[in-house]
Amino acid sequence: MTNILEVSDLRIWDSDTGHVIVPGSSFQVRQGSCLAIVGESGSGKSVTCRAVMRLNKASIRQSGSIRFDGVDVSELSEQDMRKLRGKRMCMILQHGMRAFDPSRVIGVHLRETLKQHYGWSRSESDASMVMAMRSVMLKDPAAILNQYPHQLSGGMLQRIMIALAIVLEPDMIIADEPTTALDTISQFEVVEQLAQLRDRLGCAMILVSHDLGIVRTMADEVIVMKAGVIVERGATEAIFSEARHAYTRYLVSSKLALDRHFQRMMEGVGGGVAER
Amino acid sequence: MLSVDRVEKSYKKAGMFSRERQRVLRSISFACGPGECLGIIGESGSGKSTLGRLLLGIEKPDRGTITFDGRRVDERRARRGKISAVFQDYTASINPFYTVEKALLEPLKLRGLSRRERHSAIDLLLHQVGLDLSYRGKYPHELSGGEAQRVCIARAVATEPKLIVLDEAVSSLDGSVQLQVLELLRSLRQLYGMSYIFITHDIRAAAYICDRVMILRSGQIEEIVAVEQLKDVQSAYARKLLEMVVL
Repeated sequence: MTNILEVSDLRIWDSDTGHVIVPGSSFQVRQGSCLAIVGESGSGKSVTCRAVMRLNKASIRQSGSIRFDGVDVSELSEQDMRKLRGKRMCMILQHGMRAFDPSRVIGVHLRETLKQHYGWSRSESDASMVMAMRSVMLKDPAAILNQYPHQLSGGMLQRIMIALAIVLEPDMIIADEPTTALDTISQFEVVEQLAQLRDRLGCAMILVSHDLGIVRTMADEVIVMKAGVIVERGATEAIFSEARHAYTRYLVSSKLALDRHFQRMMEGVGGGVAER
Repeated sequence: MLSVDRVEKSYKKAGMFSRERQRVLRSISFACGPGECLGIIGESGSGKSTLGRLLLGIEKPDRGTITFDGRRVDERRARRGKISAVFQDYTASINPFYTVEKALLEPLKLRGLSRRERHSAIDLLLHQVGLDLSYRGKYPHELSGGEAQRVCIARAVATEPKLIVLDEAVSSLDGSVQLQVLELLRSLRQLYGMSYIFITHDIRAAAYICDRVMILRSGQIEEIVAVEQLKDVQSAYARKLLEMVVL
């Protein structure tokens, strides 16, 4: 299987302070597979993702090569990059509230995006958005298009972003902490929608999360980052069962401590706990 | 100790001329005993944070009473030094111009300690929440999320309260840090023997630390159940909630 994304020797630093955020990481995403990046806050997960999209602010510099579908992203002009972003690489962000323009109704943002990439008219883009929004279980999509972001819940905004991704049919989706800001029920629904999205489009995905439960259900491969350095990589099950690096084992064991306790409660005290 | 009796709360709906009121809480009654940890679980918008604010006396209920040791919590004197709070947003909880020392000093002044006693009390508090003494002079922006939340917890226990209301106190921390803070809360409870009201949407975290959990749904109590009996929840909604935990 070919790689959709190949990152090699990616180095990211802050040119104002000279502080190196990511000293040099290399990783690949295979076509149609899901790569999860895990690590604690400040480990450089989001900066890495934004570097792939070339969305870091100007003072954050990067070197190394990022090849997306054979094209070196760093050599593209800003104009070509804009065409690539959205249409071929989609980003789903943590804070729905900050991802949409707060002074415009949702529909304006969606129509603008679709016009840019497809040149669709208002009625064309509304028709396909309504279809996509229905498929992510949003009720009354036509009314949602006329609402402002603050009138909608975090889970709904997250699903609108997923619906937009469905219409754009990208080759790769970068989901940066898509469920962190949501409650248990919305979390569950968004994870389901993301999984369906992958099934439907067959697209690759980079999933950034510190929630190992979601990583385990979604990812094929995992890389573990600590202070900007990739300390471990491997297939998802291997990371959970036979992690080599102490840091990975620490992350996995703290997740399992909560899980085990919960399962024990669910099975009643004294009941045997199934080892996972 | 804490008893809540038929509490109702509603807010005015948005819009300048709107007369409609949105009922956030309806006839909530429950009690929390000394040394007990009661979890309040619900989706976003279920009214759990509103309930937390009512328990703290920051807001008053429209109807019904909340009493703490027999006195109404909306009297300042009834809750002074006895009820503390830890909130989700740790960055906004500490005055950005205060050092850790100054932040901890404020509640200690309530206890009427001498200067020297206060100084040693801060050492003890920092030690209890697992921070070393070099943190005394640090400012909030120099702290990581977990460290800032530890300072907030230290500040909450500084007055040796009988009850702490924890509103999503671990929800915005990373998985592993979350567990550390939960462990810390457990050990402090053993040390001080105080009660917790643990408000969260994370059922696993609630199951880890609570004795009983109350499931709240659109402003009403759906069910109150001991954590050991979580598997035997009666209502369909509570079952659905438990099934949706992504392990």
